Order: sequence, then structure tokens, then C-alpha cells
Amino acid sequence: MQQWFVDFAERIDDGDPTYLACEECGQAALPPRTVCPECSSRTLEERSLSETATVTASTKIFSSIPEYADETPYIVVIATFDEGVRLTGQLRGAEGIEPGETVTVGVEEREDGWLVTFSPTD
Amino acid sequence: MTVQIAGVASTPYGEHPDSSTRELFTDAGLEALDDAGLEVGDVEELYAGNFIGDQTDDQAHVGAMLADYLGARQAASMRTESACASASSAARSGAQTIAAGDADVALVGGVEMMSTGGLAAVTDALANAADNEYENEAGLTFPGIYALMAQAYMDEFDAGPGDLAAVAVKNYENGASNPLSQRQEETDVESVLDSPPVATPLHLQDCCPISDGASAAVLVSESYADEHGLETTVSWAGSGQASDSLALQDRPDLARTRAAERAAEDAYDRAEISPEDVDVVELHDCFTIAEILAIESLGFFERGEGARGAVDGETAADGRIPVNTSGGLLAKGHPVGATGVGQLVEITKQLEGRHPNQVDDATIGLTHTVGGSGASCVVNVLRAGGA
Ligand SMILES: [Zn+2]
Repeated sequence: MQQWFVDFAERIDDGDPTYLACEECGQAALPPRTVCPECSSRTLEERSLSETATVTASTKIFSSIPEYADETPYIVVIATFDEGVRLTGQLRGAEGIEPGETVTVGVEEREDGWLVTFSPTD
Repeated sequence: MTVQIAGVASTPYGEHPDSSTRELFTDAGLEALDDAGLEVGDVEELYAGNFIGDQTDDQAHVGAMLADYLGARQAASMRTESACASASSAARSGAQTIAAGDADVALVGGVEMMSTGGLAAVTDALANAADNEYENEAGLTFPGIYALMAQAYMDEFDAGPGDLAAVAVKNYENGASNPLSQRQEETDVESVLDSPPVATPLHLQDCCPISDGASAAVLVSESYADEHGLETTVSWAGSGQASDSLALQDRPDLARTRAAERAAEDAYDRAEISPEDVDVVELHDCFTIAEILAIESLGFFERGEGARGAVDGETAADGRIPVNTSGGLLAKGHPVGATGVGQLVEITKQLEGRHPNQVDDATIGLTHTVGGSGASCVVNVLRAGGA
């Protein structure tokens, strides 16, 4: 696991997640970018990211890669933050989730790195 | 300099437990050279796609290995890697080299051995096409990524699992009459929906199989074909390639493949055609949803309308725009590093009028090959008519 992702996950763990915002065009992006993917400007600024997001899509996975093979089935969610970035993580605290529902981002420390999670927001 | 297709060949796709990467590629390469009426000593450039050989075979430096075992040590050789679009990139590079006048004979192709290492190992290796930190570490698999695209599509448009299944039904039927196809049995919508879930809403029969296989094509310059009396009947018309975000999460619309749209626009411009001119298509149906997204990105259907392509018979071999008459990746199989040239083999046979599911009066054919979930895409266009 790359150090930039460890840093990103640890900020979520600390309750202070961040993202990158383009000062030229306003595009939101995730680390570790130097160049804005929308306008190619190099003026990306680190800003605070909300801890809640809205579910965009989800899937229940029955057959997985070796690292997660013993944990199937599990649900993977892509959720969209108000700031404009999306993040992929595993669902916690619910048997299923629908697009449009609100979730809270978290992380879990695993043997060889960090896992992003989403739980339904009360 | 016009580029001609002088010869093509694919091994059967499926399980080849008694073969190997180097042997399979040699089989396809020699057959393609025989088809062209050329010798291994004639090959100047060799570009071969191979995606997961580093993991499955503990073998890199694959370009040189394949040239060596083909008996073409004189050739400049290179492995191309763009995930599942590796062989399409190889073909595009070969065509560009000849078009530039830098060489007269290029052998392009690809090879993958996927069945020998076990399902877990191959799933792990394939996952390397995704974003490791943002996707794999979250437990997202390749079927899972396409399942998210399918969910987003069904959420946005009027489509359901039955529409996805119709794609499998069509392609299995085509595969059943293609002797090179891995799956030789037809299916029906009910069987697709009753097959085990892999990643909701995708079932086992929504997914391509694990395949071993190799494909090769011999590309020559028009002047070389003239000088050596080669009777070529198919020409390279144009090609486009483009990129998108590596991770699905970074795309503004999950149910839209922008790299394919960009590559198609580029290829249509270079071939001086529009989507209406295309007679037959081999495209990247690694999962049923992928075919629906592809026929929209290629301009054959409006966004949201692709789901009715197979349901209404418009993409059948006798439909308005025949798609995957070979059986596609779903039935013919998907040896990932070989797939793009395997598609060119099928299109060449269509344009030569010798395909098992022959389309009437096919003069322009197109291949579309996607790397990963769509971070790369290659569109190659062939035209009937040779030197
Ligand atoms: Zn910008």
C-alpha cells in the first residue's frame, strides 16, 4: 500500500478527511494529484472533506480476490461527497443500501493497509 | 502508405493445459504467416499483447521471448500492455509503423495463459488493471466494477437484468456456431438470471470465461504486397486510442465510457467514416453491460437505448448493426492479452466473406477493445479491398 493512501486513510481515521480543490476551475479531486484532471492547472489546494456522502451505486460481491475471498459476500459502495469527489468503500452496519441514501465515511486498519468503509448515517 | 492485412489466425480459445504462452503464440503466429504466404524471416517488427504473464508465468520480457520462439530473432520485438486492450495497442502500433514507412512487414498479436494458475490467482492478476489503492484495497473486483456500472445504468435508464441477459443469449448463440469459440452452448434469459450471482446484478453467465489463447495478424505495406504478389483483400482503414480516469469513482458518469467515445471519434475521423458506415463490429463484452455501454459510445445507439440492441435483434448477425458475430468475449472467450487481435481476425474473416456467421455485404468492420473498466480504449477499423 502506497504511503499517500496511508496518509489519506489516517486523516479519515482522525476525523479530518481532506481532498484537493482546483483553484482555477473548482474541480474536486483525490490525492495524490499534482495536475487538475479537468483543466490541467497545477493549483490544487488541500481542503477539508465532509464525513458524510450520498450513495451513487452499490454491488454485493460473491466472488473475490484472495485478500477478501474469505469475507464474501460483502457490499462495495461508491459514494459522492458534497464537495464533488467520489470514494469507493465497503458497507458496514447494514445488509443493503440504495442510491440516494446518506452514509458516513470511515476506515478500518487491516493486516496490510487501510480499508475505506461507509455506514448508514443516523 | 496503405496498410494491408496479409494473414490472420487465432488458436481456439479455451483451456490449453498442455501448452504455454510461448507455444500458443508460436502456433498463432505461424498460422498467420502461412495465411499470408510469408516466412518468419520476413517479419521486421513484432508487437505482442500480454497482460498478466508477469504474475501467471513469472515471465516478463515477453516480446523478445515470443520473437525468439517464433524463430524471428531478426525482428524488433516488444510486448505491449494496456490491460485487456494490449493486443489492440499492438496492432495499432504495427499499423502506425508501416504507415510511417518504417517497415514493410509487422506481425502483431497477443497471447494469454489464464487457466493454469487457478481462479484466485487469475482474479488477483486481472485486478491489477484497476486502481490498486482506491479500488482493489476496497475489495472491488472486476465483475464488481462492471456491476457498479450496470447499477448506475439501470438507475439512470429504463433497463433491467433481463436486458443484460439478452446480450449473453445473442453472443452465446453466435459462439455456438464459431468453431474457435470457448463456449459452444446456447443459453436463454432464464438460465442467465438463474446462474450464480457474481456481483449483483451480474450473474455468472453475464461474465466472460477464463481463457487461454493467442491471435496474430500479418500487416504489410501496399508496396510490399505488390512487389511480392500477395493477394490481400482487407486494408487498415484507421485507428483511435484514448484514456480516461483509472478509477471508476473519478468518472462524472459511471454509466458512460468516455475513452471509447474519444477513441471512436478519432478512428472515424481517420477512416473518414461515420457510425452509419460500419457493417460489422467485434466489441469488448467482457460483461453484458459492457456491450450495452460500447454500442452507445461507438454511436450506434443513443445513450440509454443500447439496452434494446440485443432485445430487439438490432445487434444480431442479421440485424441493423451486427455485434460480436464471433460470440464475443462472453462466448468466444477472453485471453486478455490476445483479445484485440482476436477481434481483428474475426472482422477480417467477415470482410473476406469466410466467417461462420457471415454478414451480408460487409465492407467496413470495427473492433473496440477496453482496458480495465475503461481507462483505455482502442478502436480499429478495417475495410474490404486490398492491394
Ligand atoms: Zn482545474
